[in-house]
Amino acid sequence: MTTMTPSRYRVVERTPETGDTVTLALEPVDEPLPVFRPGQFAMLYAFGVGEVPISVSGRYGVAGLLHTVRAVGATSGALCRAEPGCMLGVRGPFGRAWDLPAAAGADLVIVAGGLGLAPLRPVVRHAVTNRARYRHVAVLIGARTPDDLLYPDEYDAWRAAGLDVLATVDRAATGWSGHVGVVTALFDRLDHRPADTAAYVCGPEIMMRFAARGLAGRGVPAGCVRLSLERNMHCGLGHCGHCQLGPLLLCRDGPVVGYDEAGPLLSVKEL
Amino acid sequence: MTTTYDLLVAHPFLAGLPLGHLERLSRWACRAPFRAGMRIFEENGQADRFWLIRDGYVNLDIRVPGRGDVIVETIGPGTVLGWSWMFPPYRWHFGAVAIDPVLSIAIDGAGTRALCEAHPDFGYELTRRFMAVVVDRMQATRIRLLDLYKAPA
Repeated sequence: MTTMTPSRYRVVERTPETGDTVTLALEPVDEPLPVFRPGQFAMLYAFGVGEVPISVSGRYGVAGLLHTVRAVGATSGALCRAEPGCMLGVRGPFGRAWDLPAAAGADLVIVAGGLGLAPLRPVVRHAVTNRARYRHVAVLIGARTPDDLLYPDEYDAWRAAGLDVLATVDRAATGWSGHVGVVTALFDRLDHRPADTAAYVCGPEIMMRFAARGLAGRGVPAGCVRLSLERNMHCGLGHCGHCQLGPLLLCRDGPVVGYDEAGPLLSVKEL
Repeated sequence: MTTTYDLLVAHPFLAGLPLGHLERLSRWACRAPFRAGMRIFEENGQADRFWLIRDGYVNLDIRVPGRGDVIVETIGPGTVLGWSWMFPPYRWHFGAVAIDPVLSIAIDGAGTRALCEAHPDFGYELTRRFMAVVVDRMQATRIRLLDLYKAPA
């Protein structure tokens, strides 16, 4: 088995998250793939349809994987329709993971926009499990509408573990009494020491640009702001070049990239 | 007990303003606490003051037929609530409701306009600060107009 050959995984659970997004729990049929670290991604293959890169949103059991998938095309649509019992191909793990701070006592700021919470959920769960290791942990979540918030049933448990979980939406529905506005507007509610902050940002690229700029503006060192970037990943091995961002091949050198490296590249129009 | 003047001097919106200006402005200011859920002003009501928010959050809303009061934006501590007092016809374009207990400083609009007329340097400085708030909110609105979280077509 190589990273070029899909391993067979069976769908064992399918959980609708929003109108167009589901979380699939997969268990290996063949020998399990190596352990995925938070932030790494897999190539999920809907047999006969196609293959797409999907971040790992958690572990399932001992060797299983959780993937949260949004139906935006033929392949992701086929994955979203996969019912328990369905067989999928999985390649991976690929890419650089979120590097969680080695030093104890750091502040963590996790900024998620839309589906961006999926690859960040392992970081949140790590913070929940290791809460005593960090000083202040904030999870800032932006979504289009209240119905588009991902994993809302988990927020209370995260809060109970001592995380500061704040959600905001672009468009309020009737009955919503929470925060309305861009996710960066929540930065004013942060209680953190910028110089000792490790930030993790994932969402639409424009949102990440503004979020990273805002965090850097508050004094968080650019190298301590990690973004999860996305381009057209195909091979996952840095061979095909489809996911090139300047000098980076994001399937290999990303998807997690420090803002010190990513910032100058994201401002180049041609990239 | 913290006085209105103390609150005014410590508010980030007025940071660095000469003490003379702060002293003059304080004559038009008073503490304004609001309970959670309390309406601060109604859409189309008379815009005769503005508030510097010290603690708590406020939702701006607008009445939409068939949907009730829909929240358009949330604003929080350290910023300013209300700018319709600056321009005729002095009517609020949106409503405002305290989400949680809010402590603010209310400042009289007509008095502030008179101060600006009498002290153009103060007027310029205050306008510049309001402009920064307006630009911030406009940029945030522009980002929301992009509808970034919408599923790609």
